[in-house]
Amino acid sequence: MSFIIRRLVFYLIAAWVALTANFFIPRAMPGNAVQDIMSKFPSLQPSAYRALEAMLGIGHPGSLWHQYVSYLNDVVHLNFGLDVTEYPAKVSTLLGQTIPWTLTLVGTATVIAFLLGTGLGIVAGWRHGGWTDRLLPGLMFLQAIPYFFLALVLLDLLAVNLHWFPIGQGYGQGLIPGWDWTFISSAIYHSLLPALTIVLTSVAGWMLQMRNVMITTIGEDYVLAAQAKGLSSRRVVFTYAARNALLPQLQGFGLALGFVVSGALVMEIVFSYPGIGELLLTAVTSNDFPLMQAIFLVITFTVLLANLVVDMIIVVADPRARAREGAR
Amino acid sequence: MTLAVPVTVDPTAPAARPQQLGRWRRLPLKAKVGAVLLGFFVLAAIIGPLVTPYNPSFQNPAPALSMHAPDGAHLLGTTQTGQDVLSQLLVGIRLTLELAFVVGVIATALSVLVGVTAAFLGGFWDELLSLLSNVFLVIPALPLLILLLGYLPQKGQLATILVLSVLGWPWGARVIRAQTLAIRNRDYIAASRETGESSWRIITYEIVPNEISLIAANFVNTVLYAIGASVALAFIGLADLNSWSLGTILYWAQSQQALQLGAWWWFAPPGLAVALIGTSLVLLNTGIDELGNPRLRDAGVDLRLGGRRIRPTDPTPVMNAAPPRRGPVAAFLHSFSRSSLLGEGGLGEGGLGDESGTSR
Repeated sequence: MSFIIRRLVFYLIAAWVALTANFFIPRAMPGNAVQDIMSKFPSLQPSAYRALEAMLGIGHPGSLWHQYVSYLNDVVHLNFGLDVTEYPAKVSTLLGQTIPWTLTLVGTATVIAFLLGTGLGIVAGWRHGGWTDRLLPGLMFLQAIPYFFLALVLLDLLAVNLHWFPIGQGYGQGLIPGWDWTFISSAIYHSLLPALTIVLTSVAGWMLQMRNVMITTIGEDYVLAAQAKGLSSRRVVFTYAARNALLPQLQGFGLALGFVVSGALVMEIVFSYPGIGELLLTAVTSNDFPLMQAIFLVITFTVLLANLVVDMIIVVADPRARAREGAR
Repeated sequence: MTLAVPVTVDPTAPAARPQQLGRWRRLPLKAKVGAVLLGFFVLAAIIGPLVTPYNPSFQNPAPALSMHAPDGAHLLGTTQTGQDVLSQLLVGIRLTLELAFVVGVIATALSVLVGVTAAFLGGFWDELLSLLSNVFLVIPALPLLILLLGYLPQKGQLATILVLSVLGWPWGARVIRAQTLAIRNRDYIAASRETGESSWRIITYEIVPNEISLIAANFVNTVLYAIGASVALAFIGLADLNSWSLGTILYWAQSQQALQLGAWWWFAPPGLAVALIGTSLVLLNTGIDELGNPRLRDAGVDLRLGGRRIRPTDPTPVMNAAPPRRGPVAAFLHSFSRSSLLGEGGLGEGGLGDESGTSR
């Protein structure tokens, strides 16, 4: 069985676990979600009780197995039910409005941070013992800052006090989303500060990790041999050491992705960015369970997909992964 | 890196007390700074709530005390409703550290349980447990935490601890499983099995004590995770909002528009406290890591042997000088380092799933 297929099966299992957890959590938890919602919205008539139950998938007719199958069927058809807060808006519509924002912002910023951090890590690892090492405590501090706190500080300094950036929101007030230049430039302008936050907090992690892998790689015999051959430092660093150090770095990228995305979601709340994070906050504050569940699934699937892409890159980049493919 | 130098006895064996100081001095600077910083916050958590100048929940009705900037009476200013930020901070540090510590203990225990069981049983159970930990590693934690906590009727400290512990074990389980696999095949384990010791006894007396260093490092990481996650959860309102933790202070600051009103003293201290506690834990872990892997050290702690400066990346020097001896304290801390364990070729069976000694 080839490496990619084995990974694919793994991600399918992970997706199934997430789906199943999502199905059983509302049923296994103590308390009554329907009652919660009813007390939160006094305007709801008692007759809405059954409708809410049906929406949350609690009062489904039929056996548990039957419910499970119909639930899976709904998810496959992207039918996440109706939203409570903006009843009768479909949850999938709400998701469709917010996903592009988050995907563009968090995706771009994370890739930039990864590339930048890896590049800096290569330098820091090679020039190990030099001036770059003095930055280490500062980097660890950056790494330990919660995303949303850095967002608060940057917003305070650069937007509220210096007026360099807009205070939150995804685009200028009064603009209608569309593919015209005024809107796009406004959206880019508004995304700069959130993107900077993501880059600043996550770049340190990538850099420290790459630095440590680089230092280990530089100690390998083949690097010494390359140096002994009289190759230029640049060639030794990039074609010998960095290329090999990149593989563990890539694997780390896949594993850390969920963490980065989680942090970015909370950060969006600070900026009132019209992405999934903001939607998640609305869902939490209004006990909007169908929305919470759908967001959980969407984020999980996105992260799984990104991991699969990383695995594919690894297969291309690492001959050992391909060799193992042949061996099995 | 090992130095190929003959061990010579230190001619000037110092007296007991200076030697104690010497051991402390030999620790990497990072570990020292981390330990001091963490100690400071632990102290604040212990004494803090006893010496708060005000009741953190007391809302001073005086209009002059709403959003008051720091001064003599209120060292960190007041909130919108006239509550004293310093008092909230002192109580909040305790609550947050308490939670993180308990989660650290429970989640680490779970990691040990799952990791050792998987490695020891092998076969089907190993595959199943490993698959489970890998699955939970790849599923993003925060949305799942939100979902779990959202459905719980009470969102207090206990609920948060429970939920964080339930999701906090996979990383540790994976590392501990790999280490157990390595230890399991050592001769002394085979010997104790030959002498007829039960599996249970082998696990509790032979295997787990040998992993105590790894378990401790894992504990530090879990505490770090618990602090980050609990603060983030409280920040979006999934906590008991009537109690004061670092996260709930930030929640109130955000929801009462502290930022827009320029009340930096409201959101900066709790955020800085979270960042500094996190930094101290990262420093502690890296500093300890460096004890075991000198290559990772920075320029400030270059070795000096026989008056010559030895850079960690230099070829192994050959000269007649005593290598720095590790005192019991340093040796104990050294045993904490993950890289020293990795260096023994213990972790993993090699392959794509394994990290090469890096931690995030």
